[in-house]
Amino acid sequence: MTASIRWRKLFYSLIYIPLIAVALLQIFPLVWLLIFSLKDNQEVFTTAPWALPSTPRWENYVKVWSEGNINVNFINSVWITTVSVVLTVALASFVTFAITRMQWRLKSLVLGMFMVGLMIPVHSTLIPLFSLFTKIHLIDHPLSIILTYTAFNLPITIMILLGFYYTLPREVEEASIIDGCSVNRMFLQVILPMTTPVMVTTAIINMIYNWNEFVFVNTFISSDKYKTLTVGIQNFVGQYSTDWGAIGATLMISILPILIAFFFLSNQIVEGIAAGSVKG
Amino acid sequence: MNKVMSNKWIIALYVLPGFMFLAVLVYIPIVLTGYYGLMEWHGLGEMKFIGLGNYIKLIKDEMFWKSAYHSFLLALFSALSLIGYLLVALILAGRIKGADLFRKIYLIPMLLSSVAIAQLWLKIYHPTNGVLNLLLVAIGVEQPPTWLADPKIVLYAVFLAILWQYAGFYILIYYAALKNVPSALEEAARIDGAGPWQVAWKIKLPLISGVIKVTVVLAIVGSLKYFDLIYVMTGGGPNGASEVMASYMYRHAFKSFDFGYSSAIGFFLLLICLVVTWLIRKLTASDDHVQYS
Repeated sequence: MTASIRWRKLFYSLIYIPLIAVALLQIFPLVWLLIFSLKDNQEVFTTAPWALPSTPRWENYVKVWSEGNINVNFINSVWITTVSVVLTVALASFVTFAITRMQWRLKSLVLGMFMVGLMIPVHSTLIPLFSLFTKIHLIDHPLSIILTYTAFNLPITIMILLGFYYTLPREVEEASIIDGCSVNRMFLQVILPMTTPVMVTTAIINMIYNWNEFVFVNTFISSDKYKTLTVGIQNFVGQYSTDWGAIGATLMISILPILIAFFFLSNQIVEGIAAGSVKG
Repeated sequence: MNKVMSNKWIIALYVLPGFMFLAVLVYIPIVLTGYYGLMEWHGLGEMKFIGLGNYIKLIKDEMFWKSAYHSFLLALFSALSLIGYLLVALILAGRIKGADLFRKIYLIPMLLSSVAIAQLWLKIYHPTNGVLNLLLVAIGVEQPPTWLADPKIVLYAVFLAILWQYAGFYILIYYAALKNVPSALEEAARIDGAGPWQVAWKIKLPLISGVIKVTVVLAIVGSLKYFDLIYVMTGGGPNGASEVMASYMYRHAFKSFDFGYSSAIGFFLLLICLVVTWLIRKLTASDDHVQYS
């Protein structure tokens, strides 16, 4: 009996080996990035990659922040992401409410069109969008990417919101209508506040997508003053291709906001990502 | 009640703004892509209608089929890797201490920008100072590969980075689905004498078959339209050895400004993605849908 328990215990500890191995694989490249972002070339080329820097060179970060356009790109990423997220979540909430709570004939068709939107490759829309924005003089203008981010994130946002809206009890609307509430007031003052948790989740997911987006900015924006971080670091790394510490620091600056957000909001992020696909 | 909730004006007011975004910026462009594919057009200047010329050129374009082959190869690898992710998720969903922490660590790479990830992997694969070759030298490999400069290896090297980025995403999805399986079912099977493998194979997997189907579609279609890491890490090179459909299209569009031909590629890519989605759903459709309750 005791022997079998001991075997079982051994078996259960063995099971941790693959789990820890995968975790190390996932995290080690990022740890290495942090290490070399604090070294100078001398140290990168002569010491072992996993050796800690003798003195951490925080000046790498200071240097790249003001040199090039990293600070401008960073601020662009912040405000463009914020505007797109607010717009997307607001529009998606209205659509989701109408689809889940109101009665109309075309609703399954409209929902279907939003869901098929998830499967459409971005590249199949690039040239028409490029020529559309050129015609209406939005090329090289931040609005071009804000509008496209919103359009392309509506499907996944609606998909996550749907699950939550379906669980809201019908009685809420019935009570409001009997009290003489208009649909607008019912939605804005009763339903919408109830969906705060799921709105937060979709906002975080949208934030991650927009912050990391590359193809649209790279295609539509050509002025340095409007570029976001993803394209900014791409250009910067091209210019400083031999300075490992500077590149490392730039990459760290670009991923830090997401890492910090993940540290504080990991539960919402995990739930949002799972909800977006599992319920589909 | 029903009258209020079917007020056409309010429905239009709520749905139209969002729907206009989708129609104008997603659906009209995909139709236009097909239409532009019928033109000879170099961005600036007039379009000239040439019928199916671009599409015929595409079918005969060996370089395109090579990139399509690479895209399908990526789809195959992504689909096969799902088995590994499912295994990890099965272990994780057993009574594992720290399961929550593990799945969060796994997810981190997927949250970071592809450009940053691509730049990081460029450094990892660096022939002389990259951590990978330094490790290989440290364990005694005398001539470590040059990775991204080697046309025979480059494709797989990039695939590895892509799989690394998405692993946590799929593990997370499987984990969430497995946690939804009522524990009562598992306990009942255990009492009837089923071992952990039988429980996994006969009870858990059938119950999450719907989710598995979704991930297969996501992995395959996501691979077929894949672009970011490949574009930043290799640009499709050296000499087309890592070109995929989306990077091939992008090169024709925004390097050669051959808008007509690249529109044809873009439209073809769309058709492939939709047909493959439909095919997978058709092939995996089953009548005996299993439910939890």
